[in-house]
Amino acid sequence: MFTETPLVRRKLSIEAATKLAFGAMAASMIVPLVLIVGYLVAKALPVLSWEFVSAFPRSNMKAGGILPAIAGTFYMVAISLAVATPIGVLAAVYLNEYARDNWFTRVVNLAVVNLAGVPSIVHALFGVGAFVFVTGKPCILAASLTLAIMTLPVIIASTKQALAAVPMAFREACWNVGASRWQTIRHIVLPNSLSGILTGVILQVSRAAGETAPILFTGAVFFRRELPASVLDQSMALSMHLFSIATQGGQVPETVQYGTAVVLLGLVLAVNLTAICLRIYFRSRKKW
Amino acid sequence: MVTRISGERGVEIEGLSVWYGKKPALEGVTLHANRGEILGVIGPASAGKTTLLKCINRTLDFVPGARWEGSVRVEGLDVRSVSDAALRRKVGMVFPLPVGLPLSVYDNVAFAPRMAGIRRKAVLDDLVERCLRQAALWDEVKDRLGMLGSRLSGGQQQRLTIARALSHEPEILCLDEFSIAVDPVTTMRIEDVLVELKADVTIILVTNLVQQARRLADRVAFLNAGRLVELDATGAIFGERPREKMTFDYVRGRFG
Ligand SMILES: Nc1ncnc2c1ncn2[C@@H]1O[C@H](COP(=O)(O)OP(=O)(O)OP(=O)(O)O)[C@@H](O)[C@H]1O
Ligand SMILES: [Mg+2]
Repeated sequence: MFTETPLVRRKLSIEAATKLAFGAMAASMIVPLVLIVGYLVAKALPVLSWEFVSAFPRSNMKAGGILPAIAGTFYMVAISLAVATPIGVLAAVYLNEYARDNWFTRVVNLAVVNLAGVPSIVHALFGVGAFVFVTGKPCILAASLTLAIMTLPVIIASTKQALAAVPMAFREACWNVGASRWQTIRHIVLPNSLSGILTGVILQVSRAAGETAPILFTGAVFFRRELPASVLDQSMALSMHLFSIATQGGQVPETVQYGTAVVLLGLVLAVNLTAICLRIYFRSRKKW
Repeated sequence: MVTRISGERGVEIEGLSVWYGKKPALEGVTLHANRGEILGVIGPASAGKTTLLKCINRTLDFVPGARWEGSVRVEGLDVRSVSDAALRRKVGMVFPLPVGLPLSVYDNVAFAPRMAGIRRKAVLDDLVERCLRQAALWDEVKDRLGMLGSRLSGGQQQRLTIARALSHEPEILCLDEFSIAVDPVTTMRIEDVLVELKADVTIILVTNLVQQARRLADRVAFLNAGRLVELDATGAIFGERPREKMTFDYVRGRFG
């Protein structure tokens, strides 16, 4: 029969205490999120309406909606990911599947790591120097490309990680029966890392939507009456809009500021939720 | 000894030396495997048996820092002169740890033929059934070919690996301790298949079970510490007086 010696009993109580402590820390992560969302929504409630997300701003942005800002953010995020995703995923496939461990690979990897650590305001200055210089004036395209440069290294890193999670034994089994590298990648590696790759990319959507600095000098404007007609137009953007009305010294009612914040946060959370759902869906189909 | 002409040789290895980094794993090994025979390869742990097989289909290339010298010819062709894919389609390889690809049982076996461009369903169906039968797995999986290969038991996965190695209709079949995860009854069934197969395929059988080599092999190579100690007809290796005393001790389990 199993009897509990004092030593076993002590071990069990330590086990229970540590589990409780760690669990409490994990649970405490929910608190800030609930507080932030709750506070913002409560403050923004008076302005939240269909008009707020579908109309143009009126009377110096003190009333009306924020449609141009939503549209601008949408364009910038969409274009930046359309540029960064293919480049990032292909680069990661090269680095993880083809590259040998030589100085070139090491230099590229070093560049990726360091690029990921560059502060966003520095990206902004680079965007001005590189893209605005070419387009002639700040515009959606320049802002999007700046965001693309900012998200690219993170997409590369997360994609590499997703690819590396596919066991080496699968690749070797394929090569052993005469499959080429590309066939192995196409039929085994990519299908089994898709969820990780997509999650990494989607998380960059919220990052690109939330940053203000990179678009500050490259394409976002404080106020614009109409929707952008082309990528060479300037445009409002949610993060920029929030920044400007919040720093205007009390001219714009608080509720409008909080309303904008809620819309931005809502978009980000919705995108993250999509990522989580995708992950759950793919994990249920995981094959090993 | 019968002298054979080189056309009959499935695999010819001459003066093969392999290094992992600075450490030698094989030193000047020369041997050949004839068509229509099973060549058994025995030897203690880290003798270099697996390394030898990896040179035959050049999977040694995957090991960073590995380097080899000498000549390895498969069906008369230098392995350095053919493409990886062509070489590996010629050589079926079964390594000790079974790997079920994250695909259905059917797709696991149909993978290699598909990669080689076979698309017709009827052809694939026939091929899949034949390979699974040869690997003594057909009866157990014929009703659930759509199931994930990785959900099979360990022994079934090993037989799936064997079926996959046969699926590209190799001319050489290398098996590295294939029976490590397979129960004795199934092992016997696979052994019967190997004996049948050897008429068409050159078989190199690496095994730690000396009795398995004795049962199946026509000739046996004994490797120790990277060197070929002795290569002779199975009867001679397991007989009363093999050429080397070390061989005598090893096959009787009195080694080291
Ligand atoms: N990837 C590797 N990197 C470095 N050394 C290796 C590698 N693979 C094998 N070796 C070394 O090469 C030598 C021969 O190994 P090998 O796997 O060929 O032996 P083996 O005869 O198959 O042994 P076993 O019966 O245990 O499978 C060993 O000393 C081993 O440590
Ligand atoms: Mg081995």
